[in-house]
Amino acid sequence: MNVHLSSQFDADLDAIRASLTRMGGLVEEQVRTAMGAFVGRDLSLIERVVAREAEVNALEVELDDACTHLIARRQPTAIDLRMVMGVGKVVTDLERIGDEAKKVAKAKRKLLERESDGAISNLVGLARLGEEVADMLNEVLDAFVRLDAGAAMRVVIRDQDIDRQFRAIFRQLVTYMMEDPRTISTALDVVFVAKSIERMGDHTKNIAEQVIYIAKGRDVRHLDLEAKEQGARGE
Amino acid sequence: MPPANATPAAPPPNAIEVRHLNFFYGQFQGLKDVSLDVVERKVTAFIGPSGCGKSTLLRTFNRMYSLYPGQRAEGEVSFYGENVLDGKQDLNLLRARIGMVFQKPTPFPMSVYDNIAFGVRLYENLSRSAMDDRVEWALTKAALWGEVKDKLKQSGLSLSGGQQQRLCIARSVAVKPSVLLLDEPTSALDPISTGKVEELVHELKKDYTIAIVTHNMQQAARVSDYTAYMYLGELIEYGETDHLFVNPRDKRTQDYITGRHG
Repeated sequence: MNVHLSSQFDADLDAIRASLTRMGGLVEEQVRTAMGAFVGRDLSLIERVVAREAEVNALEVELDDACTHLIARRQPTAIDLRMVMGVGKVVTDLERIGDEAKKVAKAKRKLLERESDGAISNLVGLARLGEEVADMLNEVLDAFVRLDAGAAMRVVIRDQDIDRQFRAIFRQLVTYMMEDPRTISTALDVVFVAKSIERMGDHTKNIAEQVIYIAKGRDVRHLDLEAKEQGARGE
Repeated sequence: MPPANATPAAPPPNAIEVRHLNFFYGQFQGLKDVSLDVVERKVTAFIGPSGCGKSTLLRTFNRMYSLYPGQRAEGEVSFYGENVLDGKQDLNLLRARIGMVFQKPTPFPMSVYDNIAFGVRLYENLSRSAMDDRVEWALTKAALWGEVKDKLKQSGLSLSGGQQQRLCIARSVAVKPSVLLLDEPTSALDPISTGKVEELVHELKKDYTIAIVTHNMQQAARVSDYTAYMYLGELIEYGETDHLFVNPRDKRTQDYITGRHG
């Protein structure tokens, strides 16, 4: 894309993009650390996730502020306007993913307090689900940087797979609970963690939809998959 | 399914339809095959860098250009079905129906009252009281009445710049045109006066079709329903303002409205 007549405008937009990438990277790391904490035995990981949550929150506020200032000073239009509006929504989703990561870490602490190791989560493949969501987040951030609507669309599609896996895990956990009522309290905690991961996937999908909006000017939220794909192609 | 008695809303009629318009300043071609519709009782804004042809286009609508030798237009500018470019047009009547306001306020060197009455007298023979009513009506339409009702005998030139511009708008409105052409109407005005003129544009579009040329993109975004982006004599993109400023189709439009180097 051509540069602006005003180099300060370019610098402001670049700063927003850079901060968003930084926030996204931080949140991705939070997700991976939280999953590591949940399936492993390293207690320091839990504390790290909880502690870094404040950094994510600070970036959300900082980015919102930067977007407001850019609108006030530059009255952005067209793709610049879509970028600013899109970033405003993306930061909200990133912050929520950060919240979910914290919930996952805290769930582990609760299990440990009850002297349950949550081994049941290893049986149902929770770690892999979390890993996949973290990969999706990585992909969508990459799509944002390159304004690649096609790559964003692939993330939207991948989220359907996450939802399917979540339902399968949920059924498995219900089966455990029915078979052995002693697992109920642990299994319920694991259900909540699985739900958190599924929510992270939803937020990641929301971010992907914003990338499509920024890149192509098509608002594909709440459309069926085929219509989303059309939008991602700019049709 | 819509209810059986619902009839689809007819699209608003066009006040002006431009077809394959070419315009020449001597050898130089100022407009290149421009075609567009100016919708009735809507505000259409023309934006683009200096020399893009936006003022030239506006000046074909009421044949303002024919004041100048060596300027000629080819194609069609249809004003409710009549070709404005047709030599048979009565230019005075045409300009009464398609009024124009310029960049710099141009009040006549006469009283505020006569600034309005002068044009009306050319077309209509009104009684004293009917003329008083018309002057008040036009000044009220132009959101100026409250400020000048005690100064009607003062010279129009004694008003502030913003008031002078609204006086010129009142003068155009007084002869009850159907279209108002505004050529950079606020570029010589301060922000408060600009705001008043923009508010006025919003009010006037209930009764009039308005075409406005502006260098100020934010102004086009604020006041218009449709926006045309012109560049080097060509109409690059024309569409709803809401769409053009959020998601322009043409990269040249995007570069211009986002302030990027072309």
